[in-house]
Amino acid sequence: MAATIAYDDIEVGTELPARTFPVTRATLVRYAGASGDFNPIHWNEKFAREVGLPDVIAHGMFTMASAIRVVTDWVGDPGAVVEYGVRFTKPVVVPNDDQGAVVEVTAKVAAKLDDRRVRVDLTATSAGQKVLGMSRAVVRLA
Amino acid sequence: MALDQSFVGRSYPPTDPYEVGREKIREFAEAIGDANPVYTDREAAKALGHPDVIAPPTFPFAITFQAAGVVVQDPDLGLDYSRVVHGDQKFAYTRPVRAGDLLTVTSTIEAIKSLAGNDILDIRGEVHDESGEHVVTAWTKLVARAAGEDTTGGEA
Repeated sequence: MAATIAYDDIEVGTELPARTFPVTRATLVRYAGASGDFNPIHWNEKFAREVGLPDVIAHGMFTMASAIRVVTDWVGDPGAVVEYGVRFTKPVVVPNDDQGAVVEVTAKVAAKLDDRRVRVDLTATSAGQKVLGMSRAVVRLA
Repeated sequence: MALDQSFVGRSYPPTDPYEVGREKIREFAEAIGDANPVYTDREAAKALGHPDVIAPPTFPFAITFQAAGVVVQDPDLGLDYSRVVHGDQKFAYTRPVRAGDLLTVTSTIEAIKSLAGNDILDIRGEVHDESGEHVVTAWTKLVARAAGEDTTGGEA
């Protein structure tokens, strides 16, 4: 694959450019259609409250898809991602207004591995809550 | 109710092939707001060494989770899906999924645990292409919350 970042230029602790990702109800409807996940907790406020949620919440897989963009935009080729894993620690609550929610993602190189691979640790928060835990990607660099 | 431990290690037959369409990849990339041309422009994908447009890293979940339906809905296992949230998700890639792939998924129950009344189910989905080569493995942890407990963590 064709990563644009050279392994030899990277040190442990290198920070990747942080990103923020807005999430509105429209985002969730579109993601539901594209992913095939039509669970009503992602679009029906009444249903979400009935099952004990504060409001409609984002698909965890949408948050996971957003977070890895910090890595794929940095490395250039998403095909350079060798492993990617997260834990869903808190839901991203998405109110029905113009603002919606915002997911903030930071990432840094946590380890240099063999075969020109690095491990990147990610953090994702929304409304001050950590929404992803144990969030790690292994990427093969140039 | 605790799930039957004898299901650990059980594999389900491979799914019928899922054909990965270029427009489906485009739709998915637009839904996650990712404008990387490697998902939509064949020439951009080729410039990076891919034979066709590739799919975003989390795209395979749509296929593996559908395949995991045979586990989740297995009446002998008896999982209460109405109380299930998504706990963890992990992927390990041999190569990215790309347009034109014909993918089959083999689902295996890796672990069953009971913790504070919650049933925890680990499912592994092995994804292979039409020539039998490994493409990606997806690990999905599902947590069926104990009845009466508030939703404080996780995601359904």
